[in-house]
Amino acid sequence: MNRKQKEAVIRAVFFSFALVSILILGLIVVSLFREGLPLFRQVSVKDFLFGMEWYPTYDPPSFGIWPLIVGSVIVTVLATLIAIPIGILTAVYIAEVAPPLLKDVFKSVIELLAGLPSVVLGFFGMVVVAPWLQDTFDLPTGLNIVNASLILALMAVPTIASISEDAIYAVPREYKEASYALGATTHETILRVVIPSALSGISTAVILGMSRAIGETMVVLMVAGGAAAIPESLFDSVRPMPASIAAEMGEAPFRSLHYQALFATGMVLFFITLAFNLVADYISNKFKEVGSGTL
Amino acid sequence: MTTTAIRYRYIKQTVFFGLVRLSAFILALALGGILAYIIVHGISALSWEFVTQPPREAMTKGGIMPAIVGTFYLTVGAIAVGLPLGIVSAVYLTEYARQGPVIRVIRIGINCLAGVPSVVFGLFGLGFFVVMLKFGSSILAGSLTLGFLILPTIIGASEEALKSVPQTFREASLALGVSKWQTILRIVLPTALPGILTGSILGLGRAAGETAPIMFTAAAFFTAKLPTSVFDEVMALPYHIYVLATAGTNIEETRPLQYGTVLVLILLVLGIDLVAILIRATIRRRKKW
Repeated sequence: MNRKQKEAVIRAVFFSFALVSILILGLIVVSLFREGLPLFRQVSVKDFLFGMEWYPTYDPPSFGIWPLIVGSVIVTVLATLIAIPIGILTAVYIAEVAPPLLKDVFKSVIELLAGLPSVVLGFFGMVVVAPWLQDTFDLPTGLNIVNASLILALMAVPTIASISEDAIYAVPREYKEASYALGATTHETILRVVIPSALSGISTAVILGMSRAIGETMVVLMVAGGAAAIPESLFDSVRPMPASIAAEMGEAPFRSLHYQALFATGMVLFFITLAFNLVADYISNKFKEVGSGTL
Repeated sequence: MTTTAIRYRYIKQTVFFGLVRLSAFILALALGGILAYIIVHGISALSWEFVTQPPREAMTKGGIMPAIVGTFYLTVGAIAVGLPLGIVSAVYLTEYARQGPVIRVIRIGINCLAGVPSVVFGLFGLGFFVVMLKFGSSILAGSLTLGFLILPTIIGASEEALKSVPQTFREASLALGVSKWQTILRIVLPTALPGILTGSILGLGRAAGETAPIMFTAAAFFTAKLPTSVFDEVMALPYHIYVLATAGTNIEETRPLQYGTVLVLILLVLGIDLVAILIRATIRRRKKW
Protein backbone atom coordinates (compact mmCIF):
# COMPACT_ATOMS: atom_id res chain seq x y z
CA MET A 1 0.00 0.00 0.00
CA ASN A 2 1.56 3.27 -1.01
CA ARG A 3 1.45 6.40 1.05
CA LYS A 4 -1.47 7.97 -0.76
CA GLN A 5 -3.66 4.91 -0.31
CA LYS A 6 -2.69 4.68 3.31
CA GLU A 7 -3.68 8.29 3.89
CA ALA A 8 -7.02 7.67 2.18
CA VAL A 9 -7.71 4.66 4.40
CA ILE A 10 -6.86 6.63 7.56
CA ARG A 11 -9.09 9.45 6.43
CA ALA A 12 -11.97 7.04 5.85
CA VAL A 13 -11.52 5.46 9.30
CA PHE A 14 -11.57 8.87 10.98
CA PHE A 15 -14.64 9.83 8.99
CA SER A 16 -16.52 6.74 10.10
CA PHE A 17 -15.69 7.56 13.74
CA ALA A 18 -16.97 11.10 13.24
CA LEU A 19 -20.29 9.59 12.24
CA VAL A 20 -20.64 7.89 15.63
CA SER A 21 -22.62 10.81 17.12
CA ILE A 22 -25.18 10.53 14.33
CA LEU A 23 -25.25 6.78 14.79
CA ILE A 24 -25.96 7.16 18.53
CA LEU A 25 -28.79 9.60 17.81
CA GLY A 26 -30.19 7.01 15.41
CA LEU A 27 -29.87 4.25 18.01
CA ILE A 28 -31.64 6.42 20.58
CA VAL A 29 -34.56 6.90 18.20
CA VAL A 30 -34.64 3.19 17.32
CA SER A 31 -34.58 2.05 20.98
CA LEU A 32 -37.26 4.52 22.04
CA PHE A 33 -39.49 3.52 19.12
CA ARG A 34 -38.92 -0.20 19.59
CA GLU A 35 -39.95 -0.11 23.23
CA GLY A 36 -42.49 2.73 23.06
CA LEU A 37 -44.40 2.43 19.80
CA PRO A 38 -46.29 -0.80 20.68
CA LEU A 39 -48.29 1.33 23.14
CA PHE A 40 -50.13 2.93 20.24
CA ARG A 41 -51.66 -0.38 19.20
CA GLN A 42 -53.89 0.00 22.25
CA VAL A 43 -53.87 3.68 23.12
CA SER A 44 -54.47 6.31 20.45
CA VAL A 45 -51.87 9.05 19.98
CA LYS A 46 -54.52 11.63 20.78
CA ASP A 47 -55.56 9.95 24.05
CA PHE A 48 -51.91 9.59 24.99
CA LEU A 49 -50.84 13.18 24.32
CA PHE A 50 -54.02 14.99 25.34
CA GLY A 51 -55.55 12.56 27.84
CA MET A 52 -56.14 14.29 31.16
CA GLU A 53 -55.59 11.25 33.34
CA TRP A 54 -52.30 9.55 34.15
CA TYR A 55 -53.31 6.47 36.15
CA PRO A 56 -50.84 3.87 34.84
CA THR A 57 -51.41 1.37 37.66
CA TYR A 58 -55.21 1.57 37.94
CA ASP A 59 -57.54 -1.06 36.54
CA PRO A 60 -58.31 -0.16 33.81
CA PRO A 61 -55.21 2.01 33.47
CA SER A 62 -55.25 5.43 31.84
CA PHE A 63 -52.25 6.79 29.96
CA GLY A 64 -52.90 10.48 29.31
CA ILE A 65 -49.70 12.52 29.66
CA TRP A 66 -51.26 15.99 29.26
CA PRO A 67 -50.82 16.78 33.00
CA LEU A 68 -47.17 15.71 32.72
CA ILE A 69 -46.62 17.90 29.65
CA VAL A 70 -48.26 20.85 31.43
CA GLY A 71 -46.08 20.21 34.48
CA SER A 72 -42.93 20.19 32.34
CA VAL A 73 -43.91 23.35 30.49
CA ILE A 74 -44.78 25.31 33.65
CA VAL A 75 -41.59 24.56 35.56
CA THR A 76 -39.50 25.16 32.43
CA VAL A 77 -41.10 28.51 31.57
CA LEU A 78 -40.89 29.76 35.15
CA ALA A 79 -37.28 28.58 35.49
CA THR A 80 -36.39 30.29 32.20
CA LEU A 81 -38.03 33.56 33.28
CA ILE A 82 -35.86 33.53 36.41
CA ALA A 83 -32.72 32.39 34.62
CA ILE A 84 -32.79 34.82 31.66
CA PRO A 85 -32.12 38.10 33.53
CA ILE A 86 -29.60 36.55 35.93
CA GLY A 87 -27.82 34.64 33.16
CA ILE A 88 -27.57 37.53 30.71
CA LEU A 89 -26.62 40.13 33.34
CA THR A 90 -23.93 37.80 34.69
CA ALA A 91 -22.64 37.34 31.16
CA VAL A 92 -22.51 41.14 30.78
CA TYR A 93 -20.68 41.36 34.08
CA ILE A 94 -18.03 38.84 33.07
CA ALA A 95 -17.57 40.10 29.52
CA GLU A 96 -17.78 43.87 30.02
CA VAL A 97 -17.71 44.95 33.65
CA ALA A 98 -15.60 42.70 35.87
CA PRO A 99 -11.91 43.42 36.44
CA PRO A 100 -9.64 40.70 34.95
CA LEU A 101 -9.11 38.81 38.20
CA LEU A 102 -12.82 38.64 39.10
CA LYS A 103 -13.57 37.68 35.51
CA ASP A 104 -11.69 34.40 35.98
CA VAL A 105 -13.21 33.87 39.41
CA PHE A 106 -16.77 34.25 38.13
CA LYS A 107 -16.07 32.10 35.08
CA SER A 108 -15.01 29.36 37.49
CA VAL A 109 -18.10 29.97 39.63
CA ILE A 110 -20.28 29.35 36.58
CA GLU A 111 -18.31 26.29 35.58
CA LEU A 112 -18.53 24.82 39.08
CA LEU A 113 -22.24 25.60 39.25
CA ALA A 114 -22.70 23.78 35.94
CA GLY A 115 -20.70 20.91 37.38
CA LEU A 116 -22.86 20.43 40.47
CA PRO A 117 -24.56 17.04 40.08
CA SER A 118 -28.31 17.42 39.61
CA VAL A 119 -29.00 15.00 42.45
CA VAL A 120 -27.14 17.34 44.80
CA LEU A 121 -29.25 20.31 43.72
CA GLY A 122 -32.38 18.19 44.07
CA PHE A 123 -31.29 17.19 47.55
CA PHE A 124 -30.65 20.84 48.45
CA GLY A 125 -34.15 21.69 47.20
CA MET A 126 -35.61 18.97 49.41
CA VAL A 127 -33.82 19.75 52.65
CA VAL A 128 -33.45 23.54 52.44
CA VAL A 129 -35.76 25.20 49.92
CA ALA A 130 -38.81 23.01 50.62
CA PRO A 131 -39.03 23.58 54.42
CA TRP A 132 -38.33 27.29 53.87
CA LEU A 133 -41.15 27.63 51.32
CA GLN A 134 -43.47 25.62 53.52
CA ASP A 135 -42.87 27.82 56.58
CA THR A 136 -42.75 31.16 54.78
CA PHE A 137 -45.93 30.72 52.77
CA ASP A 138 -47.68 28.34 55.17
CA LEU A 139 -48.11 25.58 52.59
CA PRO A 140 -49.06 21.91 52.95
CA THR A 141 -45.85 20.99 51.08
CA GLY A 142 -42.72 22.80 49.94
CA LEU A 143 -42.25 20.33 47.09
CA ASN A 144 -43.96 22.30 44.34
CA ILE A 145 -43.68 24.30 41.11
CA VAL A 146 -41.88 27.25 42.71
CA ASN A 147 -39.26 25.07 44.35
CA ALA A 148 -38.59 23.07 41.16
CA SER A 149 -38.42 26.26 39.07
CA LEU A 150 -35.93 27.94 41.40
CA ILE A 151 -33.58 24.96 41.33
CA LEU A 152 -34.01 24.44 37.58
CA ALA A 153 -33.21 28.13 37.06
CA LEU A 154 -29.96 27.59 38.93
CA MET A 155 -29.16 24.78 36.48
CA ALA A 156 -30.12 26.81 33.39
CA VAL A 157 -28.16 29.92 34.40
CA PRO A 158 -24.67 28.48 33.71
CA THR A 159 -25.75 27.44 30.19
CA ILE A 160 -27.30 30.83 29.47
CA ALA A 161 -24.46 32.82 31.04
CA SER A 162 -21.56 30.99 29.40
CA ILE A 163 -23.00 30.97 25.86
CA SER A 164 -24.20 34.61 26.18
CA GLU A 165 -20.77 35.60 27.42
CA ASP A 166 -19.14 34.10 24.33
CA ALA A 167 -21.63 35.98 22.14
CA ILE A 168 -21.04 39.30 23.94
CA TYR A 169 -17.29 38.78 23.87
CA ALA A 170 -17.46 38.24 20.09
CA VAL A 171 -19.05 41.64 19.42
CA PRO A 172 -16.42 43.61 17.44
CA ARG A 173 -14.68 46.35 19.38
CA GLU A 174 -15.37 48.85 16.60
CA TYR A 175 -19.09 48.74 17.43
CA LYS A 176 -18.44 49.78 21.01
CA GLU A 177 -15.90 52.41 20.03
CA ALA A 178 -18.34 53.89 17.55
CA SER A 179 -20.98 54.07 20.25
CA TYR A 180 -18.62 55.72 22.73
CA ALA A 181 -17.50 58.16 20.05
CA LEU A 182 -21.13 59.27 19.71
CA GLY A 183 -21.17 60.12 23.40
CA ALA A 184 -23.06 57.10 24.69
CA THR A 185 -22.38 55.95 28.24
CA THR A 186 -21.22 52.43 29.08
CA HIS A 187 -24.66 51.17 29.98
CA GLU A 188 -26.21 52.72 26.87
CA THR A 189 -23.53 51.06 24.76
CA ILE A 190 -24.14 47.70 26.40
CA LEU A 191 -27.93 47.88 26.17
CA ARG A 192 -28.27 49.44 22.71
CA VAL A 193 -25.21 48.17 20.86
CA VAL A 194 -23.56 45.18 22.48
CA ILE A 195 -26.62 43.15 23.49
CA PRO A 196 -28.48 43.72 20.18
CA SER A 197 -25.36 42.64 18.25
CA ALA A 198 -25.04 39.54 20.39
CA LEU A 199 -28.76 38.78 20.26
CA SER A 200 -28.54 35.66 18.09
CA GLY A 201 -25.99 34.14 20.44
CA ILE A 202 -28.05 35.14 23.46
CA SER A 203 -31.19 33.63 21.92
CA THR A 204 -29.29 30.40 21.29
CA ALA A 205 -28.18 30.48 24.92
CA VAL A 206 -31.73 30.93 26.18
CA ILE A 207 -33.10 28.11 24.02
CA LEU A 208 -30.36 25.73 25.13
CA GLY A 209 -30.97 26.75 28.74
CA MET A 210 -34.67 25.94 28.32
CA SER A 211 -33.80 22.65 26.69
CA ARG A 212 -31.61 21.80 29.66
CA ALA A 213 -34.41 22.71 32.08
CA ILE A 214 -37.12 20.69 30.35
CA GLY A 215 -34.96 17.57 30.17
CA GLU A 216 -33.58 17.80 33.69
CA THR A 217 -34.67 14.81 35.69
CA MET A 218 -33.39 14.52 39.24
CA VAL A 219 -34.48 18.02 40.32
CA VAL A 220 -38.08 17.63 39.19
CA LEU A 221 -38.13 14.07 40.48
CA MET A 222 -37.09 15.17 43.96
CA VAL A 223 -38.68 18.60 44.44
CA ALA A 224 -41.67 19.01 42.08
CA GLY A 225 -43.93 16.99 44.38
CA GLY A 226 -45.12 14.39 41.90
CA ALA A 227 -48.86 15.11 41.55
CA ALA A 228 -50.02 14.14 38.05
CA ALA A 229 -52.72 16.79 37.81
CA ILE A 230 -53.13 20.16 36.15
CA PRO A 231 -51.92 22.65 38.82
CA GLU A 232 -54.14 25.51 39.95
CA SER A 233 -51.52 27.58 41.68
CA LEU A 234 -47.74 28.00 41.59
CA PHE A 235 -47.56 26.30 44.98
CA ASP A 236 -49.17 23.11 43.67
CA SER A 237 -47.21 19.93 43.05
CA VAL A 238 -46.62 18.74 39.50
CA ARG A 239 -45.17 15.66 37.85
CA PRO A 240 -43.06 16.73 34.85
CA MET A 241 -42.35 14.09 32.19
CA PRO A 242 -38.77 13.20 33.24
CA ALA A 243 -39.91 12.73 36.85
CA SER A 244 -42.64 10.37 35.77
CA ILE A 245 -40.23 8.27 33.71
CA ALA A 246 -37.56 8.09 36.40
CA ALA A 247 -39.98 7.40 39.24
CA GLU A 248 -42.05 4.71 37.56
CA MET A 249 -39.65 2.80 35.31
CA GLY A 250 -38.37 0.76 38.23
CA GLU A 251 -41.78 -0.64 39.07
CA ALA A 252 -43.32 -0.93 35.59
CA PRO A 253 -43.37 -4.61 34.55
CA PHE A 254 -41.13 -5.36 31.55
CA ARG A 255 -42.88 -4.58 28.23
CA SER A 256 -46.21 -3.84 29.95
CA LEU A 257 -48.36 -0.99 28.66
CA HIS A 258 -47.01 1.13 31.50
CA TYR A 259 -43.40 0.41 30.45
CA GLN A 260 -44.28 1.24 26.86
CA ALA A 261 -46.06 4.43 27.91
CA LEU A 262 -42.93 5.57 29.76
CA PHE A 263 -40.81 4.99 26.65
CA ALA A 264 -43.43 6.87 24.61
CA THR A 265 -43.13 9.75 27.12
CA GLY A 266 -39.38 9.59 26.53
CA MET A 267 -40.06 9.92 22.80
CA VAL A 268 -42.09 13.10 23.42
CA LEU A 269 -39.30 14.50 25.60
CA PHE A 270 -36.64 13.54 23.04
CA PHE A 271 -38.42 15.25 20.16
CA ILE A 272 -39.13 18.40 22.20
CA THR A 273 -35.45 18.82 23.10
CA LEU A 274 -34.41 17.87 19.55
CA ALA A 275 -36.62 20.66 18.22
CA PHE A 276 -35.14 23.13 20.73
CA ASN A 277 -31.63 22.18 19.67
CA LEU A 278 -32.37 22.38 15.95
CA VAL A 279 -33.89 25.84 16.39
CA ALA A 280 -30.89 26.96 18.46
CA ASP A 281 -28.55 25.62 15.78
CA TYR A 282 -30.53 27.37 13.03
CA ILE A 283 -30.48 30.72 14.82
CA SER A 284 -26.80 30.59 15.66
CA ASN A 285 -25.92 29.81 12.04
CA LYS A 286 -28.38 32.05 10.30
CA PHE A 287 -27.48 35.20 12.18
CA LYS A 288 -23.80 34.50 12.62
CA GLU A 289 -21.78 37.71 12.61
CA VAL A 290 -19.21 37.39 9.82
CA GLY A 291 -16.47 39.92 10.28
CA SER A 292 -16.94 43.63 10.62
CA GLY A 293 -16.53 46.52 8.25
CA THR A 294 -13.14 48.16 8.58
CA LEU A 295 -11.44 50.98 6.77
CA MET B 1 -27.77 68.84 27.82
CA THR B 2 -29.56 69.86 31.02
CA THR B 3 -28.28 68.84 34.43
CA THR B 4 -31.38 66.76 35.16
CA ALA B 5 -30.86 64.76 31.97
CA ILE B 6 -27.26 64.13 32.93
CA ARG B 7 -28.25 63.15 36.45
CA TYR B 8 -30.92 60.84 35.00
CA ARG B 9 -28.34 59.11 32.81
CA TYR B 10 -26.02 58.80 35.78
CA ILE B 11 -28.75 57.18 37.88
CA LYS B 12 -29.59 54.76 35.07
CA GLN B 13 -25.92 53.88 34.73
CA THR B 14 -25.65 53.23 38.48
CA VAL B 15 -28.80 51.13 38.58
CA PHE B 16 -27.72 49.08 35.55
CA PHE B 17 -24.30 48.32 36.94
CA GLY B 18 -25.89 47.57 40.29
CA LEU B 19 -28.13 44.95 38.68
CA VAL B 20 -25.25 43.46 36.70
CA ARG B 21 -23.08 43.10 39.81
CA LEU B 22 -26.06 41.82 41.81
CA SER B 23 -26.71 38.98 39.34
CA ALA B 24 -23.13 37.78 39.41
CA PHE B 25 -23.15 38.12 43.18
CA ILE B 26 -26.36 36.06 43.50
CA LEU B 27 -24.77 33.23 41.52
CA ALA B 28 -21.61 33.23 43.61
CA LEU B 29 -23.74 33.34 46.74
CA ALA B 30 -25.89 30.42 45.56
CA LEU B 31 -22.83 28.28 44.82
CA GLY B 32 -21.12 29.31 48.05
CA GLY B 33 -24.30 28.82 50.08
CA ILE B 34 -24.97 25.34 48.74
CA LEU B 35 -21.38 24.23 49.24
CA ALA B 36 -21.17 25.71 52.72
CA TYR B 37 -24.46 24.14 53.77
CA ILE B 38 -23.44 20.69 52.54
CA ILE B 39 -19.97 20.94 54.08
CA VAL B 40 -21.27 22.13 57.46
CA HIS B 41 -23.86 19.36 57.66
CA GLY B 42 -21.84 16.61 56.02
CA ILE B 43 -18.48 16.99 57.67
CA SER B 44 -19.54 15.27 60.90
CA ALA B 45 -20.62 12.14 58.99
CA LEU B 46 -17.26 11.83 57.28
CA SER B 47 -14.90 9.31 58.79
CA TRP B 48 -12.54 6.61 57.64
CA GLU B 49 -15.27 4.02 58.37
CA PHE B 50 -17.79 5.97 56.32
CA VAL B 51 -15.75 5.65 53.12
CA THR B 52 -14.41 2.13 53.76
CA GLN B 53 -17.43 0.26 55.16
CA PRO B 54 -20.56 -1.03 53.40
CA PRO B 55 -23.99 0.14 54.61
CA ARG B 56 -25.48 -1.76 57.54
CA GLU B 57 -28.94 -2.32 59.04
CA ALA B 58 -31.04 -1.62 55.94
CA MET B 59 -28.80 1.32 55.00
CA THR B 60 -29.51 3.27 58.19
CA LYS B 61 -25.94 2.88 59.43
CA GLY B 62 -22.48 2.10 58.13
CA GLY B 63 -20.64 3.58 55.19
CA ILE B 64 -20.83 4.02 51.46
CA MET B 65 -17.80 2.14 50.19
CA PRO B 66 -19.66 0.04 47.57
CA ALA B 67 -21.18 3.23 46.11
CA ILE B 68 -17.76 4.88 45.84
CA VAL B 69 -16.34 1.81 44.14
CA GLY B 70 -19.34 1.59 41.79
CA THR B 71 -19.08 5.24 40.78
CA PHE B 72 -15.36 4.75 40.18
CA TYR B 73 -15.94 1.82 37.81
CA LEU B 74 -18.78 3.54 35.96
CA THR B 75 -16.76 6.73 35.50
CA VAL B 76 -13.64 4.96 34.32
CA GLY B 77 -15.79 2.89 31.95
CA ALA B 78 -17.49 6.02 30.60
CA ILE B 79 -14.13 7.67 29.88
CA ALA B 80 -12.82 4.49 28.26
CA VAL B 81 -15.80 4.65 25.87
CA GLY B 82 -16.04 8.41 25.38
CA LEU B 83 -12.40 9.48 25.16
CA PRO B 84 -11.21 7.49 22.11
CA LEU B 85 -14.45 8.09 20.20
CA GLY B 86 -14.38 11.78 21.06
CA ILE B 87 -10.73 12.41 20.18
CA VAL B 88 -10.97 10.62 16.84
CA SER B 89 -14.20 12.49 15.96
CA ALA B 90 -12.57 15.79 16.87
CA VAL B 91 -9.44 15.01 14.81
CA TYR B 92 -11.60 14.32 11.78
CA LEU B 93 -13.61 17.51 12.26
CA THR B 94 -10.61 19.79 12.73
CA GLU B 95 -7.90 18.17 10.60
CA TYR B 96 -9.63 16.40 7.72
CA ALA B 97 -13.12 17.78 7.20
CA ARG B 98 -13.80 20.45 4.63
CA GLN B 99 -16.83 22.68 4.95
CA GLY B 100 -19.84 21.03 3.35
CA PRO B 101 -23.24 19.49 3.96
CA VAL B 102 -21.82 16.28 5.49
CA ILE B 103 -19.88 18.19 8.13
CA ARG B 104 -22.88 20.39 8.75
CA VAL B 105 -24.99 17.29 9.47
CA ILE B 106 -22.32 15.81 11.76
CA ARG B 107 -22.11 19.07 13.71
CA ILE B 108 -25.89 19.29 14.07
CA GLY B 109 -25.85 15.66 15.21
CA ILE B 110 -23.26 16.40 17.92
CA ASN B 111 -25.22 19.45 19.11
CA CYS B 112 -28.44 17.46 19.26
CA LEU B 113 -26.72 14.62 21.11
CA ALA B 114 -25.48 17.16 23.66
CA GLY B 115 -29.09 18.22 24.19
CA VAL B 116 -30.60 14.78 24.75
CA PRO B 117 -32.05 14.72 28.30
CA SER B 118 -30.22 12.46 30.72
CA VAL B 119 -33.35 10.42 31.45
CA VAL B 120 -33.73 9.73 27.73
CA PHE B 121 -30.15 8.43 27.75
CA GLY B 122 -31.31 6.19 30.57
CA LEU B 123 -34.21 4.88 28.48
CA PHE B 124 -31.87 4.40 25.52
CA GLY B 125 -29.43 2.46 27.69
CA LEU B 126 -32.26 0.32 29.01
CA GLY B 127 -33.82 -0.31 25.59
CA PHE B 128 -30.55 -0.86 23.73
CA PHE B 129 -27.83 -2.20 26.06
CA VAL B 130 -29.88 -3.82 28.80
CA VAL B 131 -32.72 -5.27 26.71
CA MET B 132 -31.67 -5.52 23.06
CA LEU B 133 -28.02 -6.48 23.60
CA LYS B 134 -28.94 -8.41 26.79
CA PHE B 135 -26.19 -6.90 28.96
CA GLY B 136 -28.65 -6.70 31.83
CA SER B 137 -28.36 -3.95 34.43
CA SER B 138 -24.58 -3.84 34.65
CA ILE B 139 -21.38 -1.79 34.79
CA LEU B 140 -21.01 -2.41 31.06
CA ALA B 141 -24.45 -1.02 30.15
CA GLY B 142 -24.05 1.94 32.52
CA SER B 143 -20.54 2.81 31.30
CA LEU B 144 -21.56 2.71 27.65
CA THR B 145 -24.61 4.90 28.35
CA LEU B 146 -22.52 7.43 30.31
CA GLY B 147 -19.74 7.28 27.69
CA PHE B 148 -22.17 8.27 24.95
CA LEU B 149 -23.61 10.97 27.22
CA ILE B 150 -20.23 12.68 27.68
CA LEU B 151 -19.13 12.20 24.05
CA PRO B 152 -20.23 15.71 22.93
CA THR B 153 -18.35 17.29 25.86
CA ILE B 154 -15.17 15.46 24.92
CA ILE B 155 -15.52 16.25 21.20
CA GLY B 156 -16.03 19.94 22.03
CA ALA B 157 -13.02 20.11 24.35
CA SER B 158 -10.79 18.17 21.95
CA GLU B 159 -11.78 20.34 18.99
CA GLU B 160 -10.95 23.47 20.90
CA ALA B 161 -7.57 22.05 21.91
CA LEU B 162 -6.78 20.94 18.34
CA LYS B 163 -7.79 24.30 16.90
CA SER B 164 -5.45 26.08 19.27
CA VAL B 165 -2.44 24.27 17.77
CA PRO B 166 -0.82 26.90 15.52
CA GLN B 167 -1.14 26.24 11.79
CA THR B 168 2.61 26.86 11.41
CA PHE B 169 3.34 23.68 13.40
CA ARG B 170 1.48 21.61 10.81
CA GLU B 171 3.05 23.49 7.90
CA ALA B 172 6.56 23.01 9.27
CA SER B 173 5.97 19.27 9.59
CA LEU B 174 4.41 18.94 6.14
CA ALA B 175 7.27 20.97 4.63
CA LEU B 176 9.71 18.35 5.91
CA GLY B 177 7.87 15.77 3.83
CA VAL B 178 6.02 14.19 6.74
CA SER B 179 2.65 12.73 5.80
CA LYS B 180 -0.56 14.22 7.11
CA TRP B 181 -1.26 11.25 9.39
CA GLN B 182 2.24 11.35 10.86
CA THR B 183 1.90 15.10 11.36
CA ILE B 184 -1.31 14.59 13.32
CA LEU B 185 0.09 11.74 15.36
CA ARG B 186 3.51 13.23 16.15
CA ILE B 187 2.92 16.98 16.12
CA VAL B 188 -0.72 17.99 16.44
CA LEU B 189 -1.99 15.50 19.01
CA PRO B 190 0.94 15.80 21.46
CA THR B 191 0.65 19.59 21.36
CA ALA B 192 -3.09 19.47 21.94
CA LEU B 193 -3.00 16.68 24.51
CA PRO B 194 -3.07 18.75 27.73
CA GLY B 195 -6.07 20.70 26.43
CA ILE B 196 -7.83 17.51 25.38
CA LEU B 197 -7.24 15.93 28.77
CA THR B 198 -8.47 18.92 30.79
CA GLY B 199 -11.65 19.03 28.72
CA SER B 200 -12.09 15.34 29.21
CA ILE B 201 -11.66 15.64 32.97
CA LEU B 202 -14.73 17.89 32.92
CA GLY B 203 -16.56 15.06 31.13
CA LEU B 204 -15.34 12.73 33.85
CA GLY B 205 -16.90 14.94 36.52
CA ARG B 206 -20.16 14.96 34.66
CA ALA B 207 -20.19 11.17 34.32
CA ALA B 208 -19.52 10.74 38.04
CA GLY B 209 -22.44 12.95 39.02
CA GLU B 210 -25.17 11.74 36.67
CA THR B 211 -28.06 9.78 38.15
CA ALA B 212 -30.85 9.35 35.62
CA PRO B 213 -28.76 7.53 32.97
CA ILE B 214 -27.66 4.82 35.41
CA MET B 215 -30.96 4.35 37.25
CA PHE B 216 -32.20 1.71 34.81
CA THR B 217 -28.87 0.60 33.37
CA ALA B 218 -26.42 -0.06 36.19
CA ALA B 219 -27.39 1.16 39.62
CA ALA B 220 -28.42 -1.20 42.38
CA PHE B 221 -30.54 -0.13 45.34
CA PHE B 222 -28.28 -2.07 47.66
CA THR B 223 -25.51 -4.61 47.26
CA ALA B 224 -22.85 -5.18 49.88
CA LYS B 225 -20.58 -7.21 47.63
CA LEU B 226 -18.23 -5.53 45.23
CA PRO B 227 -18.56 -6.23 41.51
CA THR B 228 -16.49 -9.07 40.11
CA SER B 229 -17.29 -8.63 36.42
CA VAL B 230 -18.55 -5.92 34.07
CA PHE B 231 -21.91 -7.68 34.02
CA ASP B 232 -22.53 -6.97 37.71
CA GLU B 233 -24.84 -4.29 39.06
CA VAL B 234 -23.21 -1.71 41.30
CA MET B 235 -24.23 0.89 43.83
CA ALA B 236 -23.38 4.46 42.79
CA LEU B 237 -23.04 7.65 44.83
CA PRO B 238 -25.65 9.79 43.02
CA TYR B 239 -28.25 7.02 43.03
CA HIS B 240 -27.47 6.20 46.67
CA ILE B 241 -28.25 9.82 47.59
CA TYR B 242 -31.54 9.66 45.74
CA VAL B 243 -32.48 6.38 47.38
CA LEU B 244 -31.60 7.52 50.90
CA ALA B 245 -33.36 10.87 50.48
CA THR B 246 -36.59 9.55 49.00
CA ALA B 247 -37.03 5.84 49.58
CA GLY B 248 -35.00 4.95 52.64
CA THR B 249 -36.56 3.14 55.56
CA ASN B 250 -36.19 6.17 57.77
CA ILE B 251 -35.52 9.33 55.81
CA GLU B 252 -35.19 11.74 58.72
CA GLU B 253 -32.96 9.47 60.77
CA THR B 254 -30.53 8.83 57.91
CA ARG B 255 -30.07 12.55 57.15
CA PRO B 256 -26.46 12.54 58.46
CA LEU B 257 -25.68 9.67 56.06
CA GLN B 258 -27.32 11.62 53.25
CA TYR B 259 -25.31 14.77 53.96
CA GLY B 260 -22.15 12.73 54.20
CA THR B 261 -22.79 11.01 50.86
CA VAL B 262 -23.63 14.33 49.17
CA LEU B 263 -20.41 15.80 50.54
CA VAL B 264 -18.35 12.88 49.22
CA LEU B 265 -19.97 13.21 45.78
CA ILE B 266 -19.40 16.97 45.71
CA LEU B 267 -15.79 16.63 46.80
CA LEU B 268 -15.30 14.05 44.06
CA VAL B 269 -17.03 15.94 41.24
CA LEU B 270 -15.98 19.50 42.07
CA GLY B 271 -12.51 18.24 42.99
CA ILE B 272 -12.25 16.75 39.49
CA ASP B 273 -13.60 19.96 37.91
CA LEU B 274 -11.30 22.19 39.95
CA VAL B 275 -8.24 20.17 38.92
CA ALA B 276 -9.26 20.59 35.28
CA ILE B 277 -9.79 24.33 35.68
CA LEU B 278 -6.43 24.79 37.41
CA ILE B 279 -4.53 22.73 34.84
CA ARG B 280 -6.13 24.71 32.06
CA ALA B 281 -5.17 28.01 33.67
CA THR B 282 -1.57 26.79 34.00
CA ILE B 283 -1.45 25.69 30.36
CA ARG B 284 -2.75 29.07 29.22
CA ARG B 285 -0.13 30.87 31.23
CA ARG B 286 2.73 28.67 30.04
CA LYS B 287 1.80 28.70 26.38
CA LYS B 288 4.63 30.21 24.35
CA TRP B 289 3.04 30.44 20.92
